[in-house]
Amino acid sequence: MDNTTRYERLRDRYRNGDISRRKFFGLIGAAGAAYGLQTPFAKYAMAQDVKQVRFDGWGGVVSEAFRKHAFDPFTAKTGITVVDGTFPGGDEYLAQVRASQPGEYNIAHLSGVFDYARYHNFDLTSELNLDNIPNMANVMPALINAFHAVTPDSLSAAPYDYGSTGLAYNRKYISDDEAKEKGAMLLIDDAYKGKIGGWSDWRTRVWYGALQTGQDPNDIQDIEAVWDAVRKHRDLALKYWASGAELMSLLAEEEIYVTEAWSGRVYALQEQGHDIGYYDPPKGFGWQECLFVIKGSPMEACEELLNFMLDKETSIAVAEGQNYPPALDPTKVDLGKKIPTLPAFDPTGTLAGLTFANPEYWNGHEADWSETFSRVQRGY
Amino acid sequence: MSIEARERRQPWILLSPALTAVVLLLIVPLLFIVVYSFWLRSATGADTAGFYLDNWKKVLSDRFYRDILFSTLRIAAITTAACALLGYPAAYFIARSRGNKLILLVLLMLPFWISYIIRTMSWINILGTSGALNSLLLMLGVISEPIQMLYNETTVILGLVHFLLPFMVLNIYVSLEGIDTNLEDAANSLGATRWQSFLQVTLPLSLPGLAAGGLLCFVLGAGTYITPVILGGPRDAMFANLVFEAIIRQLNWPLGSALSLLLLAVLGALVLIYNRYLGMSQLAKGLG
Repeated sequence: MDNTTRYERLRDRYRNGDISRRKFFGLIGAAGAAYGLQTPFAKYAMAQDVKQVRFDGWGGVVSEAFRKHAFDPFTAKTGITVVDGTFPGGDEYLAQVRASQPGEYNIAHLSGVFDYARYHNFDLTSELNLDNIPNMANVMPALINAFHAVTPDSLSAAPYDYGSTGLAYNRKYISDDEAKEKGAMLLIDDAYKGKIGGWSDWRTRVWYGALQTGQDPNDIQDIEAVWDAVRKHRDLALKYWASGAELMSLLAEEEIYVTEAWSGRVYALQEQGHDIGYYDPPKGFGWQECLFVIKGSPMEACEELLNFMLDKETSIAVAEGQNYPPALDPTKVDLGKKIPTLPAFDPTGTLAGLTFANPEYWNGHEADWSETFSRVQRGY
Repeated sequence: MSIEARERRQPWILLSPALTAVVLLLIVPLLFIVVYSFWLRSATGADTAGFYLDNWKKVLSDRFYRDILFSTLRIAAITTAACALLGYPAAYFIARSRGNKLILLVLLMLPFWISYIIRTMSWINILGTSGALNSLLLMLGVISEPIQMLYNETTVILGLVHFLLPFMVLNIYVSLEGIDTNLEDAANSLGATRWQSFLQVTLPLSLPGLAAGGLLCFVLGAGTYITPVILGGPRDAMFANLVFEAIIRQLNWPLGSALSLLLLAVLGALVLIYNRYLGMSQLAKGLG
């Protein structure tokens, strides 16, 4: 509940004769004193000001799409300003949130159910009032159910879009047939030594290591074989990229010919005229993104923003801008012409064709594998 | 209050704002890091508070951290040597130039007006496959296809030299400016060649500036994080990158705290050795 609602409820109680004038003014005075005392030291009060909500996302074309198609129209409609920040990865952002005051960060464009589970483990989940988000009815049940597996009785996020981390390759040097034939092995092909890239994210490296050793990424039996594959990729790679902008630059400038890449970013490169192919190998890395409301945020304002963003018109415009299919169920909502052409789009609304990371499995190995990857990356 | 007592208190009163800032912004956060380094990371969820030596045992005994630390010190040493070799002639030229000294000093300070990250990224446009240097070599027919110059340890050192060179030049320049040129003239009048007077008079007298610049370059170079991220390959990392990864990527704040304190201790020891033999006054002159 935000401060305005608290005041309005107190005023109503006073007007209805439930409390005396002395008590009403006493409570107002106490609230004012408390506010004055805590404001210089806590940013919580700023976040409770429903004139402003903070949103953090992935930057680049994604943030541009959010700003243009969602935040600016939302501010024009409600008067609530959306202050948007960016982060290069979920790990960095979680570290920032952990070091912050409650309410300092409000909504984040998080990736993967494993992120949702991590935030839940750190007691950062909130409880959305779904009555305030009627547009959630249009969201694919498969995406919502994945979050309910972590928080069965409530939701702290609204699913928003999905995509995949597949193979991106320069068609000038690698044909579509070769990419399909070699699949994940393309990333450890000696023929492209010095022209291979990769994301500096331990999950992605281990996932592709599993594919390269013929294992199920959600049930790896021989992790040493996976680390050997990661080592081989490291020795052949020119660069581990750290952001979507760097990925696009490396491919566009032909510094690298092949890398795994985020589907939407590859589509953006194709739109810019670069002849970059994209292929999701079998059991390629699928993921869903959500609008996660962090504990301590002004819930009603956040719910209003989520509902606005899930509105069909907004959601489609944002999806077309960021090049990732929206979470809206295509069997219920007409998604227009462009979205069905986006990589990873699933017309059935079940997402059965994508392989998602099992949050319990991956979060259970996070401490060990993230540290091991740091060593493997440096030549160990 | 007596005059003596007032005079004794006056420096402390004048220093109190700076001391308060140092205590609140440096000492207290540092103490938090020290406390954190004895905690334990839990696999998921909040860290385990307490007094555990596990992180310190790991940091001090694990070969991985030792190797990266030595690699970091090696890169910092190479960078410092390169800065000294490139910086001394430049500083000498500025110190001995007549009339245009101010312009040269402004030019030296010019890179500080541009973000360090932007300056580092500019090397991608220079050394990249389709960068300025490759384009020029292709156009001149020197090469038939672009040379891979980026994303290795050499480019990391290049980026660091680019970043740190002005610090070295300024320190040497300040030192050279303080040398009485009559001493060189006296050496020349006693039969020394220009080269001999430089080697036996100017260079020894300017060594404190060279040492101060060297210390600054080494400490800043050894603590750098962003240059290997932008210009390094998959294997290239310095110790600060490990601190970042422990805290940010692995969410292992206790281990990251121990790693950062180890780096602080190593670089702090270097500063103490410098102070023991050369004193901090030269460093203050260079920074001033």
